Amino acid sequence: MDIQDYKGVYVFIQQVDHKVAGVSHELLGKARELAGKMETEVTAVLLGNNVSDLCKDLASYGADKIILVDNPALDLYSTKPYAYAMCKVIEKYKPAVVLYGATAIGRDLAPRVAARIRTGLTADCTKLDVAEDGTKNLQMTRPAFGGNIMATIICPDYRPQMATVRPGVMQKIKPLENASAPTDKFSVQIPESENDVQILNVVKKESHKMDIQDAKVLVSGGRGMGSPENFKLLQNLADALSGTVSSSRACVDAGWVEKDIQVGQTGKTVRPNLYLACGISGAIQHLAGMEESDVIMAINKDETAPIFEVADYGVVGDALKILPLLTENVKKAIADRK
Amino acid sequence: MDFTLSKEQEMARTLFRDFAEKEVKPLAQEIDEEERFPTEALEKFRKYKFMGIPYPKEYGGAGCDMLTYEMCIEEMAKVCATTSTMLSAHTSLGTWPILKYGTPEQKAKYLPKLCTGEYLGAFALTEPNAGTDSSAQQTKAVLDGDHYVLNGNKIFITNAGYADTYIVFAMTDKSKGNHGISAFIVEKNFPGFSVGKKEKKMGIHGSSTCELIFENCIVPKENLLGQEGKGFVIAMTTLDGGRIGVAAQAVGIAEGALEETIKYVRERKQFGRPLSKFQNTQFEIADMMTKVKAAQLLLYRAAKAKETQKSCTQEAAMAKLYCASTAMDVTTRCVQLHGGYGYTREYPVERMMRDAKITEIYEGTSEVQKMVISKAALK
Amino acid sequence: MNIVVCIKQVPNTNEVKLDPKTGTLIREGVPSIINPDDKAGLEAALRLKDTNGAHVTVLSMGPPQAETALREALAMGADDAILVTDRAFGGADTWATAHTIAAALKTIPYDLIITGRQAIDGDTAQVGPQIAENLHIPNISYAEEIKVEGDYITVKRQFEDRYHIVKAKMPCLITALSELNEPRYMTPGGIFDAYREKKIKIVTRKDLDVKDGDIGLKGSPTRVIKTFTKSPKAAGTLVSNLDPQEAADYMLEKLQEKFII
Repeated sequence: MDIQDYKGVYVFIQQVDHKVAGVSHELLGKARELAGKMETEVTAVLLGNNVSDLCKDLASYGADKIILVDNPALDLYSTKPYAYAMCKVIEKYKPAVVLYGATAIGRDLAPRVAARIRTGLTADCTKLDVAEDGTKNLQMTRPAFGGNIMATIICPDYRPQMATVRPGVMQKIKPLENASAPTDKFSVQIPESENDVQILNVVKKESHKMDIQDAKVLVSGGRGMGSPENFKLLQNLADALSGTVSSSRACVDAGWVEKDIQVGQTGKTVRPNLYLACGISGAIQHLAGMEESDVIMAINKDETAPIFEVADYGVVGDALKILPLLTENVKKAIADRK
Repeated sequence: MDFTLSKEQEMARTLFRDFAEKEVKPLAQEIDEEERFPTEALEKFRKYKFMGIPYPKEYGGAGCDMLTYEMCIEEMAKVCATTSTMLSAHTSLGTWPILKYGTPEQKAKYLPKLCTGEYLGAFALTEPNAGTDSSAQQTKAVLDGDHYVLNGNKIFITNAGYADTYIVFAMTDKSKGNHGISAFIVEKNFPGFSVGKKEKKMGIHGSSTCELIFENCIVPKENLLGQEGKGFVIAMTTLDGGRIGVAAQAVGIAEGALEETIKYVRERKQFGRPLSKFQNTQFEIADMMTKVKAAQLLLYRAAKAKETQKSCTQEAAMAKLYCASTAMDVTTRCVQLHGGYGYTREYPVERMMRDAKITEIYEGTSEVQKMVISKAALK
Repeated sequence: MNIVVCIKQVPNTNEVKLDPKTGTLIREGVPSIINPDDKAGLEAALRLKDTNGAHVTVLSMGPPQAETALREALAMGADDAILVTDRAFGGADTWATAHTIAAALKTIPYDLIITGRQAIDGDTAQVGPQIAENLHIPNISYAEEIKVEGDYITVKRQFEDRYHIVKAKMPCLITALSELNEPRYMTPGGIFDAYREKKIKIVTRKDLDVKDGDIGLKGSPTRVIKTFTKSPKAAGTLVSNLDPQEAADYMLEKLQEKFII
């Protein structure tokens, strides 16, 4: 393997139900920055069945080129057919870097590809940089030890350098006007033997809630809220602020709320404009999921709670008493403005 | 002298602690207030094979050692004395006599069921007129052909009403005094056997403590345990083991109270600082920690003695005497350190103090233990 | 049916704290546990043992103290245990780890391999799928509800907003989530048997068909160049001793200041 032969920053474009995942757009944005420093281009790799019309937005989000693998075997995500196709792309095009969203798909696909190609993969990166020591190696920084430490990792001797990145960590660029990128239709014959897992059924989970990762305002509750009924107080404030309710792991484990609103190391990473933590102590695994929020406010009875170390504005008090009053304040202030 | 636990004992302790915290502790307050039998814990003990910990695998036991069993009682008592009482009465008092004195047929019939927990065991010695003076048995057993007929009553019997088998002591030959007492294995559905009044107690509220009534109760001849006249020895040797269980319970109660109190004094502030910053609190804690540690060591020494020595009477008596008084002392001081809140049911220490008292009384009062110890010392 | 469960002994990272003065991790006194996702995988295997009579082997790659985790697994009901340990395996990243574990797996019979989704110290979720790739068998990640019917396994495979019901022929590998089940406790008798009756098979470098360049630090394509703890954020303001109305007013003021409303 000659490192020099490998060029380009590639992004695996995740598509489900004929929609491109937001994280893929975010990664295109980051890829542009990395490609700039590496003096190379950004290529989007799109796998699926009858998905060529999804190519049109990829250029505006930062792709210079698109590789499209359109194949009936790639209709629904399954590990081996996708890994097979991805490996063929990598073998042919020899990228220096491949980025994947750290989703239920990406965190399954990327390791399989890395093992097959025999290269390095770094998971859940929160920072990506290019080394300035002449090597232009990708420097991948990620949390470890449950989020208690950060590690910076490189893959100096193998290519491509691969990384997965969680949704919400990188930022999309403002869509470029009149952008276009040439599409390379790459045909891959996927052998029957790769299709050894049969998909019997696809069941969607009913959810009418906004994804907490898309919310601009999060009103979040922890064990200190006392009971699932008290989450209503959070919902009322969230409604007043046009926000969404989220939760720490404790409430999910206690069965008070669904896991899809869990913020933290084993939940989701969020970066809202406002994160209001109520009755959340601020364990490190939780902070890992929200500390990049623009403004953090916290209410907690315990003035030594670690959440106050990251809060911009902390209030020592009883959230159950303060929340209803704050909700009234907010409603009044908004009404007054009108 | 190696004071460390073996790897398997360490792992067992971790298991018991986890189990106690997650499965037993959440219900402790409720079963105390509602005075109800810990049936949930019993179910879980059965499921996870905690019902025959020190007994051989060939009888369905877990094949562990005595110390491991005592640690189980200790860990359970930390969070719920009632639950630990149920388990120790079953294991030490209700099952051990059959293992030690049973015929092969009796062992085959009863031990597997007791060790797996299919049966809950109990032990019935105390009578209205035979408490500390346990040899004054008035319950009579008369041999009639192929069975004995029992008449009389027992009081203060732990696990009564829930147990499947009871080790019952009765007088078969009054003229022989102590040597006229015999032991029987009585099953709950033997004709003429019934459970009477349930006691309302100061502590261990959930433990079922009732009267047993024998009205021409028919007990098959095969259910005589050991020989006629050997009952008193059976009772005393059984109580030696039972006393270690009570000592374990006492240590557990004291440890539980201390743990809760350490948490409390760190949080509670008066005069601008946590109670833990006041020297009185600090010295009380230091004193209690030391006493509890000393008690624990006496307990473990007794457990070891039971396993390795021919007789563990002295070790058991000293352990029970000291551990029980430590539990009473420590829990009282813990309530005091909690102040007014310690007197309310919002905090567990008042329950622990009420629970501690029984350890100075049952299975031989502290005075009995002193009699046992001084008798050996002064002979 | 032969099931092999791969487990890892990890420090309980939920209990790890940062030393406020030095900013480094306090690792002392942090208990070691079986990684939660792996424990769920083990429980799934033990349930298949209860219902289908499967034979359950646990395997772990780690330093000698990982033996405790294997004993715990035996005490829960596993039949055999294998410890893959050698200084030569040290420093391995996920590629080299998976390669080594796969080499060990190749020496024993298996129909189903179960790993946890991710370890709470590494958090990568990579080793499971990479083991499957090394063994050229299918892998089904994020598994809930495992059913075995003859040679086939049917699994509920989780995604963020949906799940797939998938079916695969064994041998195959599945990665388990800790949400999959409530793992059973050990039994006291199980603990004593694990230590007194069972033997843990030790597998070292010389027992495996691997190349030096594919194991340990040397075999790892990735390398850690730096570790650090996150720098504390600039201190915010903390207010206390306000009554609820005062607190609500204060917070409204801040929300307006920051243009949230």
